[in-house]
Amino acid sequence: MAEQKKSNLYELTKGIIKENPTLVTLLGMCPTLAVTTMASNGIGMGLATTFVLVCSNIVISLLKNVIPKAVRLPCFIVIIAGFVTLIEFLLKGYIPALYDSLGLFLSLITVNCIILGRAEAFASKNGIFKSALDGLGMGLGFTLSLFTMGSIREIIGTGQWMGINLHLPVTMTLFIMPAGGFFTLGVVIALVNKLANKKPPKEIGCSACPNAKNCPTFNKQLADKEVEE
Amino acid sequence: MKELLVILLSAMLVDNFVLSKFMGICPFLGVSKKLDSAVGMGIAVTFVMICATVCTALVYSLILVPMELEYLKTIAFILIIALFVQIVEMILKKKVPSLYKALGVYLPLITTNCAVLGVTILNIDNSYTMLQSVINSLGAGLGFTLALVIFSGVRSRVNSADIPETFMGIPSTLIAGSIVSVSFMGFSGLFG
Repeated sequence: MAEQKKSNLYELTKGIIKENPTLVTLLGMCPTLAVTTMASNGIGMGLATTFVLVCSNIVISLLKNVIPKAVRLPCFIVIIAGFVTLIEFLLKGYIPALYDSLGLFLSLITVNCIILGRAEAFASKNGIFKSALDGLGMGLGFTLSLFTMGSIREIIGTGQWMGINLHLPVTMTLFIMPAGGFFTLGVVIALVNKLANKKPPKEIGCSACPNAKNCPTFNKQLADKEVEE
Repeated sequence: MKELLVILLSAMLVDNFVLSKFMGICPFLGVSKKLDSAVGMGIAVTFVMICATVCTALVYSLILVPMELEYLKTIAFILIIALFVQIVEMILKKKVPSLYKALGVYLPLITTNCAVLGVTILNIDNSYTMLQSVINSLGAGLGFTLALVIFSGVRSRVNSADIPETFMGIPSTLIAGSIVSVSFMGFSGLFG
């Protein structure tokens, strides 16, 4: 029983720091780079993704015994796309400014690998309550890293933060340009590695993906590497 | 004709999908280690993009618009892309085994490549005609291939460089990506 309680809390908090989806497991890079030109956009995108993540985790966890194994990925994608359409409507109706600034990337939440990854790795194996907590934790972790990235880029790039003018003597417009996104993310990940004092992972993307062991590309890469060695 | 050329070149260079629109970052970082896999992935993505564009444009204008179901486009398009990737994989396996061997491993990954979904939705949002859509997808695909190929060259140099331990691996790759992205900024303003 004690273990049960501890693990519930663990499911919630692991996504925020220990298994932070963007900075540690390196999933969902596209929205991380694209929408973080402003801190407020980062929060908006993060919360929209959290909403989809929690809802899809709950539904997938409910349906896990009904969905046949062979067609589970298409089923997951349809469930996720349904919730994405829902959040698109909600934002368009209630926060049109955010809807306009996120633009295409709102639809692209559908193919955000964090959501599909959590569905496959967690929700399809665990109960409803834990899946919801897992989704919430991962979503908040994603929001936190988007907010951090957005703040850094907005402050250095425009000298403003959440609409407040900070009167900086120097600003570097490059930081709100695409190149600045890559640079900021690189430095933030290096910083996280330094603070966590761990060996940086040598591989990127595929090896962190929860579908890796079923993925032919990843297996081919592994095989290639073994041949090289 | 001139208009089509502008669409092609701006999708390829000015609004490069990877380096200025940030779509398809996962394969950009994951598959750009070697030149031959970068080329393979690029060709596979271009191929799927063009075919998916044709299918989604037809479905959108013939089914979704007459039935006033435009809001279902995200769901419909992702299903079409998933289905399409599966069909392409089966056809190639049966009919062109040599091409399947070269592209086969990249095909399943393409379903969740946001560049493919992105380009199909962009074509609809910009209300391009069928020909313009196909040209735009071709440009996007070629731009994706170009970015992957250039970046695989940069990466092989970065990997052999002596860099601080904290920056090893992903951080240095991202910073190299940022420099490649700066080089593509030179194309901005090409078409006024």
